Amino acid sequence: MSNGGGAPSSTTHLLDFLEEPIPGVGTYDDFHTIDWVREKCKDRERHRKINSKKKESAWEFTKSLYDAWSGWLVVTLTGLASGALAGLIDIAADWMNDLKEGVCLSAMWFNHEQCCWTSNETTFAERDKCPQWKSWAELILGQAEGPGSYIMNYFMYIYWALSFAFLAVCLVKVFAPYACGSGIPEIKTILSGFIIRGYLGKWTLMIKTITLVLAVASGLSLGKEGPLVHVACCCGNIFSYLFPKYSKNEAKKREVLSAASAAGVSVAFGAPIGGVLFSLEEVSYYFPLKTLWRSFFAALVAAFVLRSINPFGNSRLVLFLTWEYHTPWYLFELIPFILLGVFGGLWGAFFIRANIAWCRRRKSTRFGKYPVLEVILVAAITAVVAFPNPYTRQNTSELIKELFTDCGPLESSQLCQYRSQMNGSKAFSDNPNRPAGPGVYAAMWQLCLALIFKIIMTIFTFGLKVPSGLFIPSMAIGAIAGRIVGIAMEQLAYYHHDWFLFKEWCEVGADCITPGLYAMVGAAACLGGVTRMTVSLVVIVFELTGGLEYIVPLMAAVMTSKWVGDAFGREGIYEAHIRLNGYPFLDAKEEFTHTTLARDVMRPRHSDPPLAVLTQDDLTVEELQATINETSYNGFPVIVSKESQRLVGFALRRDITIAIENARRKQEGIMLNSRVYFTQHAPTLPADSPRPLKLRSILDMSPFTVTDHTPMEIVVDIFRKLGLRQCLVTHNGRLLGIITKKDILRHMAQMADQDPESIMFN
Amino acid sequence: RRPTVKMKRVFLLEALSVACCVLLSQVTAKNSEDIRCKCICPPYRDIEGQIYKQNVSLKDCNCLHVVEPMPVDGKDVEAYCLRCECKYEERSSGTIKVTIIMYLSILGLLLLYMVYLTLLEPILKRRLFGHSQLIQSDDDVGDQQPFANAHNVLSRSHSRPNMLNKVEHAQQRWRRQVQEQRKSVFDRHVVLS
Repeated sequence: MSNGGGAPSSTTHLLDFLEEPIPGVGTYDDFHTIDWVREKCKDRERHRKINSKKKESAWEFTKSLYDAWSGWLVVTLTGLASGALAGLIDIAADWMNDLKEGVCLSAMWFNHEQCCWTSNETTFAERDKCPQWKSWAELILGQAEGPGSYIMNYFMYIYWALSFAFLAVCLVKVFAPYACGSGIPEIKTILSGFIIRGYLGKWTLMIKTITLVLAVASGLSLGKEGPLVHVACCCGNIFSYLFPKYSKNEAKKREVLSAASAAGVSVAFGAPIGGVLFSLEEVSYYFPLKTLWRSFFAALVAAFVLRSINPFGNSRLVLFLTWEYHTPWYLFELIPFILLGVFGGLWGAFFIRANIAWCRRRKSTRFGKYPVLEVILVAAITAVVAFPNPYTRQNTSELIKELFTDCGPLESSQLCQYRSQMNGSKAFSDNPNRPAGPGVYAAMWQLCLALIFKIIMTIFTFGLKVPSGLFIPSMAIGAIAGRIVGIAMEQLAYYHHDWFLFKEWCEVGADCITPGLYAMVGAAACLGGVTRMTVSLVVIVFELTGGLEYIVPLMAAVMTSKWVGDAFGREGIYEAHIRLNGYPFLDAKEEFTHTTLARDVMRPRHSDPPLAVLTQDDLTVEELQATINETSYNGFPVIVSKESQRLVGFALRRDITIAIENARRKQEGIMLNSRVYFTQHAPTLPADSPRPLKLRSILDMSPFTVTDHTPMEIVVDIFRKLGLRQCLVTHNGRLLGIITKKDILRHMAQMADQDPESIMFN
Repeated sequence: RRPTVKMKRVFLLEALSVACCVLLSQVTAKNSEDIRCKCICPPYRDIEGQIYKQNVSLKDCNCLHVVEPMPVDGKDVEAYCLRCECKYEERSSGTIKVTIIMYLSILGLLLLYMVYLTLLEPILKRRLFGHSQLIQSDDDVGDQQPFANAHNVLSRSHSRPNMLNKVEHAQQRWRRQVQEQRKSVFDRHVVLS
């Protein structure tokens, strides 16, 4: 056992009675990897201690109950906070988004939809008009139509978009620089055992919440799902500090963070089960059964809180609830669905390459020196190009909803202006599969332009120094592509209804092709192509739309897009960003198939200086400090003596320094030539020597060892499954070298012909 | 102990959120305008389309209860009602109002603090303390020696300053942290590219 001090031996040593845990030992430095085995041991020790004291008194019993239930309490609090914050973000983002267009005079805090709630228009033709909502041109110039007011609206739109973007990036830069970006790659790395101090702190939480609203409202091509996962994990981290079971143990804290990320996705989409699966598939590294229950509970609580805030009425519980139409799909439609899957995979591969290239350029050249200017430039270009096209001017979520919705008799959008068969009356007819009117053709052109615009702008927007997510833009691109394909299929079925395919399945006059379904499948395919999610994506999309009959087309498209995407590169966007930043993330999905042995990877190599070791009772404090100061290693093996090279244990650098400092303050008589010993009993010393320093409590007596002939496949497997940080290599029982996680990552990079020096952290 | 300041802050946050919830629950007293059933009926034969709104409960939210006066006679009522789409809508205007006001006030406070930190504080410091002090307070702690780091870890658990010093100390530590973060993200591009 590494710490917790050995039981006092029978021979009374005064020092043993004073053996209390040294404060600070067992903690980690910033940007270092944790040791999962050690953390789990500490947790089991704590649990044993509490259980053994349980029977002593009622107070101890209550403490043990509190300890057992604290996990559920943390998860409940996290779910509550995530739900509340998500509700706040939703309401504020909707309001600020509409602020670019106008204000509601009767109640300034209502957005367009809420303002028109109380309008008194009763005739069908006027059902979209709303006198209380005034656009900026109306307020400033006094007139609502005409070229002058168009220009004024344009100008105000650009003004508001720029000011929101500028505020967002300034707040991020001044208060919490860690609040930018999506957050999911960093959370993946943290959950695999990395420490980034401050990444899940209070200020990051507050700034991320506030600037997320501003970034979404500025019209940039980004979404809020990834940042919501970050917000939920911040809540989880903050609440875990209230309970010593979680605040002192890094491994247990990561269980809470897994549950918190499930809650984050659950409130982002209103999809609790999809959230749990997302946490399992994308974010978490270790996912035992207990974490599954806790994640489910957190997602449930968060969804419940969001539903009870419920500001917008029942139609907004499920984000894109459109499926009041249960039209069936036909087997021949699998061909366009698979084509959409291929499109999704191709776009995903293209986007990953382009985005990583752009981010790499931002990292290494002068482009990256002006983040504020970059954000303003991107926001300006987005606003200027987006305003003329009504499909890019509106909120992206609304666009997706409009594309998912099938054309019924009450839809008045341009996309639904079919030519009817009846004479006289306008767009209303019961006859689907109608020929497209001019409105539909115009809408198709605008949609094509919107598609190209979104594809280009998202490449430059993801990775800006404001909170930015990727889910909604990818779904928008997929939905646009899907809807175009759907309308094309619909017109094909109408004009060529005597073809074999259509004659078999489609009856003239009956509803055959639903373009809304194609939009849904396209959205799932594109999102799958970029993130390479499978099961969680299908569950999220069907929870979003409620369309249970459409699982098979969704699955077909998602699998196709994953296969096509994997043909171009195995990594999703988040793994690609992890590799770009050089985080020490040992991917559990990759296979190590090379035949190298442990002695090819271990340090020291032939050209390196010999292994820095400590002997168990030979060193003085001065020599120990010299070893620590001269080298930069994170830990040192402790051996019996230089002749035998037999292993005793492993001591970490941070623990040694803290222990020496502590001894200098607390114990008297420790001087530079005091002897340091790691054994249980002090070595025999001459009578006038200063007091020796016992460091046994910080020594890890059970380090993992492999022999030098162990294949690297097994070593990599051990590291992955146990979560090790370092592993010692022995030969015939004698210590030979050390393998650390960084060495393994460098070796894997070398084997894959990548730059091994890009792995930067410890 | 070190967690007490943090725990106090978290408890304060919790108390604030509970107070907000209580406020919310009082504000979200049902406004009569916030519940309604809305039926949209498209044009039928020679009758124009109309929108009907009424404040009824969920079980009464259908064409027969809401569409009054019915524009067609007995036989055509069913055909007319089939085309109508009725939805039960509910919202909470109090929640929206409170949320927007809360958000704008927090945003305003942050903006003021940001203006203070970036513009006013250096000017004030320069006027009060002169140039030398300004340079001293800006040195960054890039401690490479491991023992100084250990010193930090241990001293954090033993400091007992008084209230004002505590706040000043905490603010200095926060500023240093943000500066470190800013260097990693914006200057060295080490994290979050």
